[in-house]
Amino acid sequence: MAGRWKNDLKWSDVTPHTEYLNRRQLLAGAGAVALGGIAGPAFSAIETVPSVYSSTEEPNALAEITAYNNFYEFGTGKEDPAANAHMLTTDPWSVKIDGLVDKPGNYDLGDLLAGVTMEERIYRFRCVEAWSMVIPWVGFELATLLDRVGVQPSAKYVYFETLVRPEEMPGQRRALLEWPYREGLRLDEAMHPLAILATGLYGDEMPKQNGAPIRLVVPWKYGFKSIKSIVRISLVDKQPEATWNMLQPREYGFYSNVNPTVDHPRWSQATERKVGGGLFAKRQDTLMFNGYEKEVSGLYAGMDLTKNF
Amino acid sequence: MSISQTVNGALRKVPAWLLYIVGPIPAFWYLYLGLTGGLGVEPIKGLEHALGLFGLKLMVAVLAITPLRKFTGISLIKFRRALGLMVFFYIACHLLVWLVLDVQDLGRIWADIIKRPYITIGMLAFVLMIPLAVTSNNWSVRKLGPMKWKMWHWLTYPAAVLGAVHYVMLVKGWQLPPLYYLGIILVLLATRMRWNQNRVAAANR
Repeated sequence: MAGRWKNDLKWSDVTPHTEYLNRRQLLAGAGAVALGGIAGPAFSAIETVPSVYSSTEEPNALAEITAYNNFYEFGTGKEDPAANAHMLTTDPWSVKIDGLVDKPGNYDLGDLLAGVTMEERIYRFRCVEAWSMVIPWVGFELATLLDRVGVQPSAKYVYFETLVRPEEMPGQRRALLEWPYREGLRLDEAMHPLAILATGLYGDEMPKQNGAPIRLVVPWKYGFKSIKSIVRISLVDKQPEATWNMLQPREYGFYSNVNPTVDHPRWSQATERKVGGGLFAKRQDTLMFNGYEKEVSGLYAGMDLTKNF
Repeated sequence: MSISQTVNGALRKVPAWLLYIVGPIPAFWYLYLGLTGGLGVEPIKGLEHALGLFGLKLMVAVLAITPLRKFTGISLIKFRRALGLMVFFYIACHLLVWLVLDVQDLGRIWADIIKRPYITIGMLAFVLMIPLAVTSNNWSVRKLGPMKWKMWHWLTYPAAVLGAVHYVMLVKGWQLPPLYYLGIILVLLATRMRWNQNRVAAANR
């Protein structure tokens, strides 16, 4: 794919976590001075560079993005995550990277992010429930991480898991889904430059209800593929389990690419409604691969997308 | 005087027509909330669900009247017609929001009714309630005669069950609240069947 930034950093180049934190504290301190001591939470705004992959559409307001979420770990209601996610501890956070990789291990999140150029990626987001948003994510390409840990040639898929911590995630106290929430991508999908690991939105740290501290964003697939609050990434050689696909395979395929011509058994996928339009919002046509057809259709050449939905 | 007699005495002073005035107020309240952001950032779904759920709650109330009298002696029978009509009003509003604000397209509405089982079932529940609403007046009771009228109004039971099933089917996965409603409705219907079963059991003895 054209223009993807290839990094030549080694793990020895990674800034130790403590030093990294010190820097952030220095930056935050400098910011506070610059603001002239305005009282408020010590937000550490994240430095980002723009991306050619960003949509030119008008992003949804932060209040919309953070008030209407599906994150069943915090409850099934759309408002539950905003109400309950504050309980989640996101620091310290580590991600276990294992399976068919050269450098498996339990990585501290700070180490994973150190030295990574954060981009602003304004993506369209299409939920399988036929609503959509436009979200200015902060993140970096998943491929960057996979390159750094060294994907072995036998790896064919990438598997992800969300944190299991019922004491902080009240939705997990009941087996509505089989916890942990899990998702997977084919390796070529995972290596696609549109697939990112996001750590923030609107230039700030990820709100907890949106999947803090680190989540996947795969904009050409239905939202549930973009797994939140990731604690494990495994490289595997067989198609991994994916939560909704396990629960109702007839309704949720492994691929779950946005496709207006393949309906969900219980509702049409031909149109969607962008959140935030009020009581008289018009529906808009859903685009093939959520508008990323040009970039990703090559991944599925020759595949019957009504069978592999 | 027993509690039920006291309650019934007090209720005698409450006119049933009050329900026709008070009953629709929540619908207008939801509409107001939807227009002013009180139903969240997706007010169309918010309004649709709020109206449907309120209608289902009223349906539970309607079905509770007979067992309530049977087990406690408290009689709300005189409010039942008004409550039943309120169920119809809320489900009609729920349907209207779905048609006009949510789906917005006649062709798609028809396709959904045919193709989507949970919508087919919801629609069927609504259709079953139409004759109930139409015949909910004294003139119809006289015209049909009490036996026939009662037969028609037996349709309340399948309408209630289908309404709850519609709710169970529309959510992702097996979520609890819709199952509670279905369970409560089935229990309320079972309280009516038990008498028959006892009679059958007695006959078989």
